[in-house]
Amino acid sequence: MTETMTYREALAFAAAKEMDADPTVFVFGLDVPDHKRIFGSTKGLVEKFGSDRCFGTPLSEDAMTGVAIGAALSGLRPVHVHIRADFLLLGMNQIANVMSSLRYMSGGALRMPLVIRAVIGRGWGQGAQHSKSMHGLFGHFPGIKVSLPTSPQDAYSMLRAAIRDDNPVILLEHRWLYDIEGSVDEQYLPPLPGPVMVRQGTEVTVACTSWMTIEAMKAADVLARHGVRLEVIDIRTVAPLDETPVVSSVAKTGRCIIADYDWLYAGFSAELAARLAHRCFGLFKKPIERIGFAPVPCPTTRPLENLFYPSAVQIIRAVERLLDLDSIDLSQESFYSYEERFKGPF
Amino acid sequence: MNKGEGLRLYRTLTLIRRAEEAIRLHYGDDDMKTPVHLSIGQEAIPVGVCHVLPEGSPMFGTYRNHALYLALTEDTDRFFAELHGKEVGMGRGKAGSMHLCEPSRGLLATSAVVATTIPLAVGAALAQAYRHLRQPVAVFFGDGAAEEGVFWESLNFACQRSLNLLFVCEDNGLAIHAPAADRRGFSSITHAVRGFRCCTATADGSDLSAIIEATRALYRDMEAGKQPGLLHVSYFRFLEHVGIGEDFSVGYRQAPSDQERRERDPLIRFSSHLLSLGYHPAELRAIDVEVDDQIRGSIARARSADYPPAEALYEDLWV
Repeated sequence: MTETMTYREALAFAAAKEMDADPTVFVFGLDVPDHKRIFGSTKGLVEKFGSDRCFGTPLSEDAMTGVAIGAALSGLRPVHVHIRADFLLLGMNQIANVMSSLRYMSGGALRMPLVIRAVIGRGWGQGAQHSKSMHGLFGHFPGIKVSLPTSPQDAYSMLRAAIRDDNPVILLEHRWLYDIEGSVDEQYLPPLPGPVMVRQGTEVTVACTSWMTIEAMKAADVLARHGVRLEVIDIRTVAPLDETPVVSSVAKTGRCIIADYDWLYAGFSAELAARLAHRCFGLFKKPIERIGFAPVPCPTTRPLENLFYPSAVQIIRAVERLLDLDSIDLSQESFYSYEERFKGPF
Repeated sequence: MNKGEGLRLYRTLTLIRRAEEAIRLHYGDDDMKTPVHLSIGQEAIPVGVCHVLPEGSPMFGTYRNHALYLALTEDTDRFFAELHGKEVGMGRGKAGSMHLCEPSRGLLATSAVVATTIPLAVGAALAQAYRHLRQPVAVFFGDGAAEEGVFWESLNFACQRSLNLLFVCEDNGLAIHAPAADRRGFSSITHAVRGFRCCTATADGSDLSAIIEATRALYRDMEAGKQPGLLHVSYFRFLEHVGIGEDFSVGYRQAPSDQERRERDPLIRFSSHLLSLGYHPAELRAIDVEVDDQIRGSIARARSADYPPAEALYEDLWV
């Protein structure tokens, strides 16, 4: 059955489906059962499944990450929710020293079927400690799957896949995506999916993560009116990474922009660029372009924040460089802004 | 304690001691390429606690885990094979000394980072509550763990949720080489913990009978009060923090007198106790001989066993 719903509704719907299907699934974290329900993404769970299976925690991210691991080692399937990805840094010992390596160190005897969901903050002055994504950082540690669902269908299918996965999975959900509406086929239940081509094109490949897919689609709309066809690939799962769909696309276009929702330095964009440089050597007509955060902490004030974040405009300018085009007049175009996407305060 | 129990406990204590002594003897051959944190002086704590808790109870430990591993498994084959980095080791050689586990016997995880397995034990206890089961969970940690934030986070959550979890603080008064007085802004861990909704008990780590008695009483209190418990056990670390040597000569602590050595040695204490109860020295000697044979055989098998094949490098990462 296919229904139209928002990303936030798709997340709550997916969690409810899995909790219905499997009594070992539970959802916990700070603010999970409060009246706001993590921007609505845990809506209805406590009413339907009770406070044994949907509950809040003390402000103890380090211990609660360990609790999730201990429960998973004991045969449960915890979903640990964080309203900001930045808070995961308090649980980094458990993530990097335990979650990633306990199975390996046990010679395969242990398994940790657990999901960490975390929201990437943006907009309305979230500042340096409410805006990080860190998918490259988490993906750096072998043994953790790291995914960034973009569409409502992704939110639904990938959360369900993550819960069913017997490995630890970190899902990073961009705050602005929560309002995106789309059709969701509730029967579509693949294992945690890798890259998907979301727009076919011929001139330039744009490989994106998370919100940058939305920006790339906007850039593709604008450029289509100028006769340029972008091929847009949403990476979705950064670890373990299957770059082959991007390699195939570059074989066709010979030009690639990596639009990552993170800093560039030693980040996911660098990893993908290195793999493409190796596998597509000789196919490139121009050097790879990388787009991401400005190399500073995220500033709070609006004019600087606008400069900090990568956008459709940057993608369009990169396309112009790759195709030796004159600068396109964008003064009549409208791009995403807080006013369209976000009403505050969080 | 009936006679069979007494001999079994003696056997387990002896097995651990002789295994550690065997490591000391052979470590210089450089076949066991893994940092060892030996348990000499500490043996009675896991032996006593594991004796009281129901078999199969989930357990978590630290890098000083040899005594806990052997108390639960008595499996010196997989133990020595792991220390030698062999395919038939408990973790196919990927664990080494600091990450021993044996899920089939309840030992779920140990860690080389202080306090790290404490919240895992809370998660295991939460899983018991989630399933409406009352099997206890135990976590062993050193006194230095009480300086880590995650200890207090874990204790708080366990108490808030009234989990059936036994915290076992193995207190040797040292964090590597730093004495308690240089690290603690409080006088006693037990006292500091008493502000939480938690039962507490203390025992002398060199006295196995006392540890068993204290664990039993504490466990009864935990059951009656539906509260977690903290068992604080002081013991004497006979050897250096990591490695096989004594380090009394380097100056950060005094060498014990011969009398202190005897008083703080759990194996000497427990054998004297058994002899005073009328056990015959020959019975104990027979166990010593049998245990030595077991360990000799295990080491020989570990030495001749194969290392993991090259493809094992990439195995066991994903399910």
